[in-house]
Amino acid sequence: MLVVKGLHKQFGHVDVLKGIDLEVEKGKVVVIIGPSGSGKTTLLRCLNALEIPTKGVITIDNHELNFANQVSKKDLIRFRRLTGMVFQSYNLFPHMTALENVMEGPVTVKQVPKEEARRKAEELLVKVGLGEQMHLYPFQLSGGQQQRVGIARALAMEPKVMLFDEPTSALDPELVGEVLKVMKDLANEGMTMVVVTHEMRFAREVADEVIFIDQGRIIERGHPNQIFTNPMHERTKQFLQLIQ
Amino acid sequence: MVKMYLNNISIDPQRLERLINIAESSLLPLLKGALLYTIPLTIITFTIGLLLALCTALARISNIKLLEMIARIYVSAIRGTPLLVQLFIIFYGLPTVGITIDPLPAAIIGFSLNVGAYASEIIRAAILSIPKGQWEAAYSLGMDYAQALKRIILPQAARVSVPPLSNTFISLVKDTSLASLILVSEMFRKAQEIAATNYEFLLLYTEAALIYWVICFLLSIVQGAIEKRLSRYIVR
Repeated sequence: MLVVKGLHKQFGHVDVLKGIDLEVEKGKVVVIIGPSGSGKTTLLRCLNALEIPTKGVITIDNHELNFANQVSKKDLIRFRRLTGMVFQSYNLFPHMTALENVMEGPVTVKQVPKEEARRKAEELLVKVGLGEQMHLYPFQLSGGQQQRVGIARALAMEPKVMLFDEPTSALDPELVGEVLKVMKDLANEGMTMVVVTHEMRFAREVADEVIFIDQGRIIERGHPNQIFTNPMHERTKQFLQLIQ
Repeated sequence: MVKMYLNNISIDPQRLERLINIAESSLLPLLKGALLYTIPLTIITFTIGLLLALCTALARISNIKLLEMIARIYVSAIRGTPLLVQLFIIFYGLPTVGITIDPLPAAIIGFSLNVGAYASEIIRAAILSIPKGQWEAAYSLGMDYAQALKRIILPQAARVSVPPLSNTFISLVKDTSLASLILVSEMFRKAQEIAATNYEFLLLYTEAALIYWVICFLLSIVQGAIEKRLSRYIVR
């Protein structure tokens, strides 16, 4: 479903990603962990082409982008539609209601008729437990509710892969659970997901594979049981000790 | 001395009647000047000016160096020179090189260029004030630049820019009085013409001032309503 080969990203002279190889099979959940500044968020943003990799190849569902070549804006836009992105700071559109936020992508980008988009958006909002809050503006919603709208908004575009960039990091602790639950349900339905998170319990329970990144490289990868109970590398051990 | 002065401006009943008569008879021509020239001129130039301002603002924040440079020079030239001088160049200057423009179109060109430059800075600042995450969220849904701008960024920037743009608009209402100097028969020129026949300068100019004030007062009410409507999605 998602294949990344030799992904490099430089910001100026700083190498943030130094050759990432990654493969995510359809319906699998991959959780990326690592210290801050390790490049995990940059990796995720590269998958959504919000950052343009310096070089490397990303293939999603038979659509390949080779960043060694100049990539046209058109290709980037088409490529972005393959993935749905959920942001740490939600980034909901503040001038639109929850429902309008979810309808926006299909209506503007896919030219889906409004009525159809509305029905679909309503379904999605009910699914993330916000059937009652559809007509509220983001400022009237709690952080957890906003993030669930964010997930519904991304799902509305029917992406092949969902990307989550620390989706619960900005939330009050008591609101984390409701967002993780939605993500868990999504995983159980067979959505292909790449999740950057510090929620180790979520990683343990939901992930098919955990990837530990440090200083722009994948240090270790494996089944969550193996990574969490028996990490091979010293750096992974140190990191896990620090956060647990 | 003071008494003499007061005596001079004290008004006898006859004079008072004359003043009232003039005020009455001049009201219609002044209002005509306002309705036929001042207000249309303001609305037309503000509309053209805003479009110009939006293009200029987008050019200023674009990555295309040449566009950015042109926009920068335009804004600098307009802001760095007096409006009256610009109007004189267009109306009295250009004919000497064979370009003759009628008073009203000349005024429209001059004022539009002016609004375009000033408002572009407001719009540019408003666009830049929208968090980067909003662009990213729009792009992540697969929008292109134009879609993100139109659907996500500009509606939010509009809210931010209403108060300063209202300022520009209200200034423009008053600045149109300068068009009297390039022969546009807007309200203030009407006042000058009438005063020239009866020498009641204080009366006529005060009357014109009051009409400007009323127009601007009504505009500030409209501004309040727009602000309220655009900020319905903001916490208070």
